[in-house]
Amino acid sequence: MDKPEAPSAVQSLVEPAAEPALAAHLNAGQGNKRPDAEPRGAAGTALPHESAVLHVTGSATYIDDLPELRRTLHAAIGLATEAHARITALDLSAVRSAPGVVAVLTADDIPGINDFGPVVHDDPIFATDEVQFHGQALFAVLADDMRAARAAARLARVDYNRLPAALSVDDALQAGTRVLPDTALRHGDADAALATAPHRLAGSIRLGGQDHFYLETHIAYAIPQEDDTMKVYSSSQHPGEVQLQVAHALGREAKDVVVECRRMGGGFGGKESQPGQIAAIAAIGAMRTGRPVKLRLDRDDDMILTGKRHDFRIDWEVGFDDDGRMLGVRFRQATRAGYSADLTGAIADRAMFHADNAYHLANVAIDSQRCKTNTVSNTAFRGFGGPQGMFGIEEVVDAIAHHLGRDPLEVRKLNYYGITERNTTHYGQLIEDNVLHELTAELEADCDYHARRAALRAWNATSPVIKKGIALTPVKFGISFTATHLNQAGALLHVYTDGTVMLNHGGTEMGQGLFTKVAQVVARELQIDIDRIRVTASDTARVPNASATAASSGADLNGKAAQDAARKIKARLTEFAAAKYGCREDQVEFRANRVHAGDTVLGFAELVHAAWMGRVSLSATGYYRTPKIAYDRSTLSGRPFYYYAYGVACSEVAIDTLTGESKVLRVDIVHDVGHSLNPAIDLGQVEGGFIQGMGWLTTEELCWDADGRLRTHAPSTYKIPAVSDLPPVFNVRLWERGINAEDSIFRSKAVGEPPLMLALSVWHAIKDAVAAAADYGVTPQLDAPATAEEILRSVDDARQRAGDAA
Amino acid sequence: MNTAELHFLLDGRDIRLSQVAPTTTLLNWLREDQARTGTKEGCAEGDCGACTVVVAEARNGQLKWRSVNACIQLLPTLHGKALFTVESLRARDGVLHPAQQAMVDCHGSQCGFCTPGFVMSLFGLYQTDPTPDDAAIADALSGNLCRCTGYRPIIDAAHRMYQLPAAGGTLSSPQPDSLPAPLPAPLWQRETDSASNALLARLVALDDGRTLDISHPRGRFIAPCSLAEFATLVATHPLATLLAGGTDIGLWITKQFRVLQVLIHLGRVRELHRIEHTADQLEIAAAVPLEDAFAAILPHYPELTELWRRFASRPIRNAGTLCGNIANGSPIGDAMPALIAIGAEIVLRRDTTVRVLPLKALYLGYQKKDLAPGEFVQAVRIPLRDAAAGKRIIRAWKISKRQDQDISAVFAGFALTLDEGVVTEARLAFGGMAATPQRARHAEAALTGRPFDAAALADARAALARDFQPLSDMRASADYRMRVAQNLLTRLQLDIAGTPTRIDAAEASHGQA
Repeated sequence: MDKPEAPSAVQSLVEPAAEPALAAHLNAGQGNKRPDAEPRGAAGTALPHESAVLHVTGSATYIDDLPELRRTLHAAIGLATEAHARITALDLSAVRSAPGVVAVLTADDIPGINDFGPVVHDDPIFATDEVQFHGQALFAVLADDMRAARAAARLARVDYNRLPAALSVDDALQAGTRVLPDTALRHGDADAALATAPHRLAGSIRLGGQDHFYLETHIAYAIPQEDDTMKVYSSSQHPGEVQLQVAHALGREAKDVVVECRRMGGGFGGKESQPGQIAAIAAIGAMRTGRPVKLRLDRDDDMILTGKRHDFRIDWEVGFDDDGRMLGVRFRQATRAGYSADLTGAIADRAMFHADNAYHLANVAIDSQRCKTNTVSNTAFRGFGGPQGMFGIEEVVDAIAHHLGRDPLEVRKLNYYGITERNTTHYGQLIEDNVLHELTAELEADCDYHARRAALRAWNATSPVIKKGIALTPVKFGISFTATHLNQAGALLHVYTDGTVMLNHGGTEMGQGLFTKVAQVVARELQIDIDRIRVTASDTARVPNASATAASSGADLNGKAAQDAARKIKARLTEFAAAKYGCREDQVEFRANRVHAGDTVLGFAELVHAAWMGRVSLSATGYYRTPKIAYDRSTLSGRPFYYYAYGVACSEVAIDTLTGESKVLRVDIVHDVGHSLNPAIDLGQVEGGFIQGMGWLTTEELCWDADGRLRTHAPSTYKIPAVSDLPPVFNVRLWERGINAEDSIFRSKAVGEPPLMLALSVWHAIKDAVAAAADYGVTPQLDAPATAEEILRSVDDARQRAGDAA
Repeated sequence: MNTAELHFLLDGRDIRLSQVAPTTTLLNWLREDQARTGTKEGCAEGDCGACTVVVAEARNGQLKWRSVNACIQLLPTLHGKALFTVESLRARDGVLHPAQQAMVDCHGSQCGFCTPGFVMSLFGLYQTDPTPDDAAIADALSGNLCRCTGYRPIIDAAHRMYQLPAAGGTLSSPQPDSLPAPLPAPLWQRETDSASNALLARLVALDDGRTLDISHPRGRFIAPCSLAEFATLVATHPLATLLAGGTDIGLWITKQFRVLQVLIHLGRVRELHRIEHTADQLEIAAAVPLEDAFAAILPHYPELTELWRRFASRPIRNAGTLCGNIANGSPIGDAMPALIAIGAEIVLRRDTTVRVLPLKALYLGYQKKDLAPGEFVQAVRIPLRDAAAGKRIIRAWKISKRQDQDISAVFAGFALTLDEGVVTEARLAFGGMAATPQRARHAEAALTGRPFDAAALADARAALARDFQPLSDMRASADYRMRVAQNLLTRLQLDIAGTPTRIDAAEASHGQA
């Protein structure tokens, strides 16, 4: 009731040029320049987020902020309290009779199919006879208010027969449980290369999962419509999939369900496959009661019930020559999928594809095990297996450097893919756009790597308690969904008679600035100011069958689809103008809100109105599919990726060898986003992704107890980076010379996921500091995340081994 | 002399509510009753800051601005105060407040869900500090989590808001039938600001000395104004829940759905807001927020700066009280080890009977305290340094996964008295090592009466294993807790010797170039 009158977000955008603080970070060649010939806010401009003014005034509407319809019910989910058990009795009488409770839903109330699995159908909406993880949904309560629903959900009496539970990767490896078959990738002859290599090393590393901790928890608001159809507001990166999941749960068809999402309060992959269950429960409740139903998970339930980043155990073996050149590598990547497949197949595949990171591996054998455990089903998370795959090879490279006593950066560079040779990946894709040599050389010089490394080592010799470490690591990340069919997108563009534009596309806005960027694409294409364009909510009724906004592909796919729609409109207007104003079509030019048709110059709106009078269609759909990609899933070979994104980071840290506490002291990053669509937004993705990756590798620790119960299910116990974790020196820059070698949208590059993996530099800097604690005598053994406890354990272990050796 | 009507100001408007369930949180009231949905729920436990709002109150004739977490603030505690939310800031003519405009300019929002909370923390900073340094900015934002930006642009915004034209215009008061009140200027401009003076005058007028007594089917909320009345109420309602800052009790409501039949609130009791200095001690009464308590303590004990900064986030320290932390007596509470080491005492009161205990004597066992029914912690007494015998070395160190807003794995409070290099008294208190905050008697004995040399350190480290058998949980394993506790003794020795031991002081290396 007291929201300020909603302004047009774009009208309120400030001019970015007057920002000294930002200018230093931005790609000066692209970002701040706005030639007079360009309309305001066109692609390439460092515009603020399209909702920035709404964000800061609290008037950006998230689903829980929508005005509630009369008789709206609030749902809460009843969670299982065993990791693996047979349910012998489920007594919900106390739940039903609790104050405010209107209905209780179990699997018996599902009109359609009790499943929300995105790929394999092994995800029940409500568990029936068997519970597969501690926290699995058993039933839902609908009540007049949320507190009543949540309080009642705790009153169920459930009798269980406990079954043996596999909680960890090791448990699953021992029990032989899998959600999907083991997968192998072979390239060259790893066995022979290992057998004949002058040096061999082997090791094993464990890396933890990560909770998404989007600030907005999962939510859906289902509103029954006439004729048993359903409207669902869902905080989802994939409304099209939610539409199908809800339809299946209701026993209806896609045409009967509309799913809408204006924005999410963060997604990071956590709202790719998971929203289906939430939306289905709300919709089932709405169908059963005929009343609107809102289901918003509280933070604890969200963290307990929904999937996280896959944790991995990686066993490795490497053979290398005297310089540190890798000759043969073998990996076993065992990942904890949780109780169901979810997206594990594609995630584990991507981990295999990124087992090279930036390095040419002539002989490699990778075995991937997708372990089934009695824990929550892990899911997509920014990087989607890429970070874990890279983690393995960076561990290997670091071990080689320690073994040979060489600077790890030298070993890294030695093994980099070549430009014109040694440039085929282990899955057979030719790398045609490698810019890592240039990026690395620039960053080495910019951050004074070698001199600082020498100074730091000298300093360590004088500091008994505090030790510093430094590392410079690369990222090469493949862009495209590895499931080729997902690389398509649609858009819908209406031009109204006043010359303003409604833009819609299949992508979703989760904070990454997709709506801003796609509007900027249309502004540039139609040559109109950004404030003439309104991007509307993702909506399955406007653009159908859209892929998830994932795999960093949002702007690549939807930008191209929107461009296609804009070009169709432009072509019609061009044809009309040429006829009306008596010139050739190639004499019609759209430039900065005006249209030049021969000698006639008129405003865009004027032409639009005239075209409407002339009965020209002013609405178009746009479509795009990524060219060139194709690969064979059975052999994991081909060209899964359209192109690669690259970046390099150098981090310096300090550790306290008495407590294990660590602090990141300085970070320098150069990242390639091609020709940026919006340098301010891209910078935000690079910085934010880096910090999120740093959290994954340092303070973010998920703990399960012996009963399989998650003990870190709220921010009081699960620690994402906070403001003091920002490195005091944080020099982040978009690469000025970046340009996409492929014909991407305005030659930009995807930026959502790749920067997360720049945080591997923090990890290796910590290892360098641990090594310093033992006078660089041994290779540190450190598992992720590097909490204070783990660092102290690693320091003690390194010192003990160094002492044993001495 | 009682009133059942809850009365506070929102955007300068009078809000009068007569039927309020006492455990209604401020956040739920804003979102559900008022449809002011700018304030968000991110965690419902005061740990993420998406619900941050700013409250102004009159204290000693001054306006006091505090950012607090609306999710665990109970609505009746607003009685007599002025509330500002993210919707309050934008002027009616559409001009953004500098805190908002700076966030736009610096690209400080991505998904936007945490943004209103950050804006309010920035507003709280803007109102109270004209020249914050980086540490003050980090402290002001220590209770706000952002998962998208990585914080750099938000810190830039904190700097930039001071370069923008000052907030002007009027509050965008949404009620068409009410007169918009001007947004009060920051404290540093208040001398000339009629809006600040007007607000102060109204808040003073609201403090009419009447007890707020709300009876509701879901419980009773009593907020008296005098200590005598408060003490009588507590004595006559021995099962009542005493509510100060509510930073723990709020979670009983939001997370445990506990039914609290009678809540007696300390917040309006004038005597319980006192901080009294005498020659040899500092007495801090039960309703003094942690932030104010530390402001009084730190000039005497600068060694407790880390305890202050890392105790909790700023909004939690603005709401929570030092005596609440003591009365709660969690084994992982941070104040107790430091205060036990220093030798603090507590003042307990039951109706008109007052007794004084050494703080350490309060804790009898896990969640068991030496408190009679109807008795409460009235104040904590902190001995001042020059009153203490000899030359004492005080240290207070916190070990946790994260710097900001975290719960300790181990907290150590040390007070060591040295005479000619010989330890004459050792007080080594730990949190996180036992069922209560406790002194390490064996380790203390191992140090006392001898020089603090390598042999003494080794003995004390070994003795610590006889003092404690810590637990393993999600914050730390038992082994780590013991190892760190022992290492903190080593740190103490190195620190006394002047060896750098703190990563806080570490800076990035410079090349020779």
